[in-house]
Amino acid sequence: MSARRAPVPWLSVRPCRALADERWTVFSVERAPPAAELTVHALLRSEDGDDWEACGHYVSDAAGAVDVCEDVCVGGTYSGVEPMGLLWSLRPVPGSRPNLRLRKKDIGTPMVVTISLHQGFHTAGFPERRPLASLAVERWYLAPGVRRVELTEGGVTGTLFLPPGPGPFPAVLDMWGGGGGLVEYRAALVASHGFVTLALDYMAPKRSAGVVSLVGNDYFEAAFSVLQSHPQVSRDRIAILGLSFGASMALGLSVYSPAIKPSCLVCFSGSHVQPAGGSLGDIFAEFRKNSKNTRYDEEQQVIWRDLLLPIPSDPSKKVDVGRLCCPLLLIVGEDDQNWPAEESARDMKEMMDRSGNGHLLSVLSYPLTGHLIDPPYSPHCRASNFMTTESREKFVVLWGGQTPAHCGAQEDSWWKTLDFLKKHLCYGPQSDITSCP
Amino acid sequence: MSGSSVLLSVQPSRGLVDEPFRVAVAHLPPAEPVTLHCLHRSEDRHLWEAYGHYRSDQAGSVDGSEDESFGGTYTGKERMGLLWSMRPVPGSMRGLRLRKMHVDTPMVVLISVYRGHLTEGFRERPPMASVVAERWYLAPGVKRIEVAERGVIGTFFIPPGPGPFPGMLDMWGGGGGLVEYRSALLASHGFAAMALKYLDPDKSVDSEVGIGYFETAFQIIQEHPQVMADRVGILGLSFGTAVALTVAAYSKIARPRCCVCISGSHVYPINLPRDRMMLEMARNEGIVQMDEENNVIWRHRILPITKDPNLKVDVGRIECPLLLINGDDDQNWATVESAEDIANMMSVAGNKHLLTTLTYPRAGHLIEPPFTPHIRASNFIVHHTKQKVVLLWGGETKAHADAQEHSWKRILTFLREYLYIQPSRASQAKL
Repeated sequence: MSARRAPVPWLSVRPCRALADERWTVFSVERAPPAAELTVHALLRSEDGDDWEACGHYVSDAAGAVDVCEDVCVGGTYSGVEPMGLLWSLRPVPGSRPNLRLRKKDIGTPMVVTISLHQGFHTAGFPERRPLASLAVERWYLAPGVRRVELTEGGVTGTLFLPPGPGPFPAVLDMWGGGGGLVEYRAALVASHGFVTLALDYMAPKRSAGVVSLVGNDYFEAAFSVLQSHPQVSRDRIAILGLSFGASMALGLSVYSPAIKPSCLVCFSGSHVQPAGGSLGDIFAEFRKNSKNTRYDEEQQVIWRDLLLPIPSDPSKKVDVGRLCCPLLLIVGEDDQNWPAEESARDMKEMMDRSGNGHLLSVLSYPLTGHLIDPPYSPHCRASNFMTTESREKFVVLWGGQTPAHCGAQEDSWWKTLDFLKKHLCYGPQSDITSCP
Repeated sequence: MSGSSVLLSVQPSRGLVDEPFRVAVAHLPPAEPVTLHCLHRSEDRHLWEAYGHYRSDQAGSVDGSEDESFGGTYTGKERMGLLWSMRPVPGSMRGLRLRKMHVDTPMVVLISVYRGHLTEGFRERPPMASVVAERWYLAPGVKRIEVAERGVIGTFFIPPGPGPFPGMLDMWGGGGGLVEYRSALLASHGFAAMALKYLDPDKSVDSEVGIGYFETAFQIIQEHPQVMADRVGILGLSFGTAVALTVAAYSKIARPRCCVCISGSHVYPINLPRDRMMLEMARNEGIVQMDEENNVIWRHRILPITKDPNLKVDVGRIECPLLLINGDDDQNWATVESAEDIANMMSVAGNKHLLTTLTYPRAGHLIEPPFTPHIRASNFIVHHTKQKVVLLWGGETKAHADAQEHSWKRILTFLREYLYIQPSRASQAKL
């Protein structure tokens, strides 16, 4: 039997089950020792079995209370007034395998984060410490009622997400970048905001008779068509959202493919530099041709941004964005070490201004932000293990970015992306579109 | 090309049962009449619904937390009306009660917005938009432990974290069985709560338990390594109140630190000899009434409150803070009259300073956690006769919902005060 005289501290976080992009409205400590140094700690075990952690240092008030939503964090893995800092500053615990990246594969289950309260300011040794209090919170990429449907139709492979309700809904074709594999979490989260989304599996190369080949443009046309003809999709309200290779493909297809006419485009960390009218394979060939421009940082991490530099003036070597008919949102990290997104955005603006469709372009450019601009509160990944699609070689790739700025960019760009999608897909008739060929 | 897409949202989409939510609609035409509708399929496969009539503002928005409902199953500014005013859909069988038996899954509700002010036919036409919300009795990390030791049957819910935590013995009423949801919710607020099974609807009346059963249950709670043995309280509803008061007044083994009694009475103590109890009940059978719908009213069975001290718990012996929560439209048990008598007895005994009574106007008997539907009458199997009746619990829906919301907050404050904040008895004795 235990009998205690000291008050028992109480931790409270709301909502305890939240969407991955949802802020906590309550994050409080009560009945801690007054005017005491305290550490709040977060622990997450990834699907790969790695432990990620973050911590913040706070001083309780005279009543023994801390309000993480309002109080200043004075040390740890983040600082300042940062209610969500325990999530976005997560990093692998000491002793972990190097160069990890946190990505949720199974979006049908939540990320479970254990949040605990410790006496004193600590930055290490948490597994050996008995906390004053702890609780668990869930972070979901999928809102209740959103259905996940595996798609293999018309030769297209991907995952469809359907919001609850009668529809029809506006839709988003979601395309990630290199590294292969189908990643669903962003599509699931966008669907949780009321869009039908299709996370497209397009990077997986086909191997037959010793020949490795990537999908042709007809594959993307088929994917777009699958969305258009879906009974719950408004066929004239489809956007494309891409990151890295996905962004680059989106640009090329929107200009050169007569079958792909999105209502708007959102391009993260991509470039228009590619053989005009070319295919995915052509973009890879461009990279291979310029591989001598590969650089390495002091830790031998690979910097690939120069492979597409300098931005060519030859029009056959880049997408003629002056012919774009729909609104385009470019999201650029100024410390992107993987693609020359900033230089590309500047060049695209010049091309579009010259062409007279510059009013369609919006650019969000974020200082100290790297290549992997993920949904909000995702940990910042500055460098990670990477295996190239075709040759299957392993590297440690430098993506870039400084954590606090990068995470601020993730949050800011996400809401602006959703606003942009809603504006151009949801509200009334399509906004002014220049006549298209 | 169709017009703008209506946007319907609920926040949080996954909440605890006692957590408010906000339902909002955007991108409607201005001044558009719409109906917000909530649909739930219960575990026993009945459909429940609620709805409110709204009009969008000039910006085309409806805010369920700020705007007034002009009609439907609730009116006025009622952000949670879509939940607490739910009732079985037309055509349902009579006497249904909504209770979640599996707390490891949420209650799922489908919230929709329809064009116009509708009162029926919700399933015959498509809404403009729908969203799904989950309502959980269990916070993540709460441990659920099935208890079957020393003859005690129950379910223990332990909050996440190292503890130690205060404990609660949680007892429902005469319907029997093992109902876990309130204990799960208490544990989600930091109390190690055990839901106790003590009336088995399948067993005969001769096997009913005596005070020793509750003392053993109380000890099991105290002995858990994550429980503070000197900070264990008791919460009872209806017949559970009689248990709580009997234990608090007479037990030398189970000494609760505080007691919450919802919709109950000190008439009759549970250590009354069984045949004496049956005699008293039989004497009062003629006082059972029925309303115009043949719902059975039992409230008069203990009226007038007896003056015979042997038939009442001697509440003058209680040494811990006591919170009584009653509805003044309770048609099942004369709880308001009982509370008055309890106050008199405690006044005479000199321990009235321990008593707090909350009486909610126009609330009924089943005062449950907030934002759950008001049940005015429901099916009941009388324990000793196995007779099936529809009991009238009482209450007017809006007043009852307010009572549930307000009383739950008061219960949590009361428990925090006496189980968390107040110094232990040992240190108090030294003052």
